[in-house]
Amino acid sequence: MPFNCHNDYKMKFSLEEEYPDLSQHNNHMAKALTKEIYEKLRSKSTPSGFTLDDIIQTGVDNPGHPFIMTVGCVAGDEESYEVFKDLLDPVISDRHGGYKPTDKHNTDLNWENLKGGDDLDPNYVQSSRVRTGRSLKGYTLPPHNSRGERRAVEKLSIEAMTSLDGEFKGKYYPLKDMTEKEQDQLIADHFLFDKPVSPLLLASGMARDWPDARGIYHNDNKTFLVWVNEEDHLRVISMQKGGNMKEVFKRFCVGLQKIEDVFKKHNHGFMWNEHLGFILTCPSNLGTGLRGGVHVKLPKLSTHPKFEEILTRLRLQKRGTGGVDTASVGGVFDISNADRLGSSEVQQVQLVVDGVKLMIEMEKKLEKGESIDDMIPAQK
Amino acid sequence: MASNFARILSSKRNVGILSLVGAGSLSVGFFLTREQYVSAGAQVRRLYPASADYPDLRKHNNCMASHLTPALYAKLCDKATPNGFTLDQAIQTGVDNPGHPFIKTVGMVAGDEESYEVFADLFDPVIKERHNGYNARIMKHPTDLESSKIRGGQFDDNYVLSSRVRTGRSIRGLSLPPACTRAERRDVERVVISALAGLKGNLAGKYYSLTEMTEKEQQQLIDDHFLFDKPVSPLLTCAGMARDWPDARGIWHNNEKTFLVWVNEEDHTRVISMEKGGNMKRVFERFCRGLQEVEHLIQEKGWEFMWNEHLGYILTCPSNLGTGLRAGVHIKLPRLSKDPRFPKILDNLRLQKRGTGGVDTAAVGSTFDISNLDRLGQSEVQLVQTVIDGVNYLIECEKRLEKGQDIKIPAPISQFK
Repeated sequence: MPFNCHNDYKMKFSLEEEYPDLSQHNNHMAKALTKEIYEKLRSKSTPSGFTLDDIIQTGVDNPGHPFIMTVGCVAGDEESYEVFKDLLDPVISDRHGGYKPTDKHNTDLNWENLKGGDDLDPNYVQSSRVRTGRSLKGYTLPPHNSRGERRAVEKLSIEAMTSLDGEFKGKYYPLKDMTEKEQDQLIADHFLFDKPVSPLLLASGMARDWPDARGIYHNDNKTFLVWVNEEDHLRVISMQKGGNMKEVFKRFCVGLQKIEDVFKKHNHGFMWNEHLGFILTCPSNLGTGLRGGVHVKLPKLSTHPKFEEILTRLRLQKRGTGGVDTASVGGVFDISNADRLGSSEVQQVQLVVDGVKLMIEMEKKLEKGESIDDMIPAQK
Repeated sequence: MASNFARILSSKRNVGILSLVGAGSLSVGFFLTREQYVSAGAQVRRLYPASADYPDLRKHNNCMASHLTPALYAKLCDKATPNGFTLDQAIQTGVDNPGHPFIKTVGMVAGDEESYEVFADLFDPVIKERHNGYNARIMKHPTDLESSKIRGGQFDDNYVLSSRVRTGRSIRGLSLPPACTRAERRDVERVVISALAGLKGNLAGKYYSLTEMTEKEQQQLIDDHFLFDKPVSPLLTCAGMARDWPDARGIWHNNEKTFLVWVNEEDHTRVISMEKGGNMKRVFERFCRGLQEVEHLIQEKGWEFMWNEHLGYILTCPSNLGTGLRAGVHIKLPRLSKDPRFPKILDNLRLQKRGTGGVDTAAVGSTFDISNLDRLGQSEVQLVQTVIDGVNYLIECEKRLEKGQDIKIPAPISQFK
């Protein structure tokens, strides 16, 4: 982020003087950032100029979140994860269930490997959705990028998306030049993303220059959607009403492959490595960056005392239907995979499919007044 | 401008300023690029030509956007102050905030004293527009804190509910809130509270750090209307001045609760003198005395305020250059405020109205905050006198309207005396 780039000037102050006060803080960065690590890393900078204070600013400014343990740090470029390993490795380990610096991440975007998933009961499952993020190699990330870079990302993304055909054919709407009519339609479709208001995002600098070079692409069928330059270079979303997660996942995988081909042609393929999988701005989205989920009606199960435990065992998480940090409305929950790193896309979507199926069975049982005690799953 | 460096070099302060500003750089003046300050391992990013990075300001209405042409951007975009503050940082708030519904905002900030010189080609026209044609290259700003020169200044308490004078001061040698490191911000806090601890008599008081305040203290400060909170205005947050909140932020006030200092909010310090009722003369007397004593106390330790003869006191926002002074009253003007001539009267008296919640608030009932419009080009004494004379005129108008008499729009008073 631009506010911390005068690192050499800062080095003339001592460690004690510069070390942030994290005594009130409860996020992954604050847990991991000892004085020793701060001292070791404070003189460093990635080749593009991203520094330790840039990495941690959001975590310093936002001591904690009422509902979830936030990450409290971001990457400014691909190299951040290497240059600042000493901080990011423990953060990654803490966030991703003990993932070790030597572990390898498995990427599997072969939709045919998904078993079932095409028959989730539409009486319960209102909609199905899979999203991920992608970063373009060779460009810095939203917390750090200049206007020129952000525009270059947009330009290349537009080229990739307008090359799509068949069910992916669609249109790009730049936020800057949108008409009122287009805006209203995108809002009605629940596609429009707005300038972030969360201080978690604002403090990292990713909302600079809004709405320059930000936009939305969606196909004519409104089932494949790409956000450009919001929290990541790209957020790719496949969605549809009903419970056919398999179809959603197939479209997701095929669409991603098609646009990747275009980026690769320009030597700006996706940032990826065999240890961290897909590289994204927030360490919480490393690996698959995938959140696959459904909006599902579980009024009885959600009030069952074992609901949370069931979710944990199934490696799932719940959110309200407004997304992260919202509450559920009318017993309808957003249920999605909890993991991102250490398991593949197929594995994570499989967990959602199998888990939601089981929970619907439980809901049906509870409707009939029967017990679900013998259905409680083992820890996956 | 060379005189500023001379002042820094001669200060007894024990901070390695010379190690920062290498000897060679002095001879080339302020126009230094960041390359010289980046360590051997890191490269400086300028992968894109200026035209690729030039912001889209077509929908913008602020002073920065009015003056930042693509050519000017190209000229300044790879410059940095000795501390590393860049043009992009200076203008970020104006890029992120296209315009304000009621007032034309400035749209840029300084990160340090040198910003005003390194980016003079942009700051100068912005200053000129914001301060009624003030030419910072040529004109000299008068500083005058001799409160004994004030004539009158005791308002009718039936109309004036309270009187207040505020300004800001920056500590020379430490970066300003948009750019300061945590260490610098903590240094500002240390220097300022050490000085304030030396105040005596009716200025003696206590410091309340935002990080260590007790619940009880916090409630008292809220009740006194003294507590300031983390800025929420995007004009401020986009400039980066809320980073690391609430580290090294705090409030100091005297025991009588008539002299108040904010530490590390939008500026290094904001100094406020206030009291209920209409004794503006006494408020200003205390203001000047307090400022002069604080200045004396910091000088004893080898520090000084940022100031120069063209721009007066240097503050974060160009709108506060010069005196940084806003002197005002909360005043009841039920009849005058409804008169259609009210805005013109205020304008000619060089006054502005705000709601009683401060900038960007609406008036409650018919009580207004009336204060001076100008900051730069006139001295503190002149501006406070302007407020005193102007408020007296407004009260006269209100009284005349009460008696059913007519009022007159006064002739416009001249701006630069």
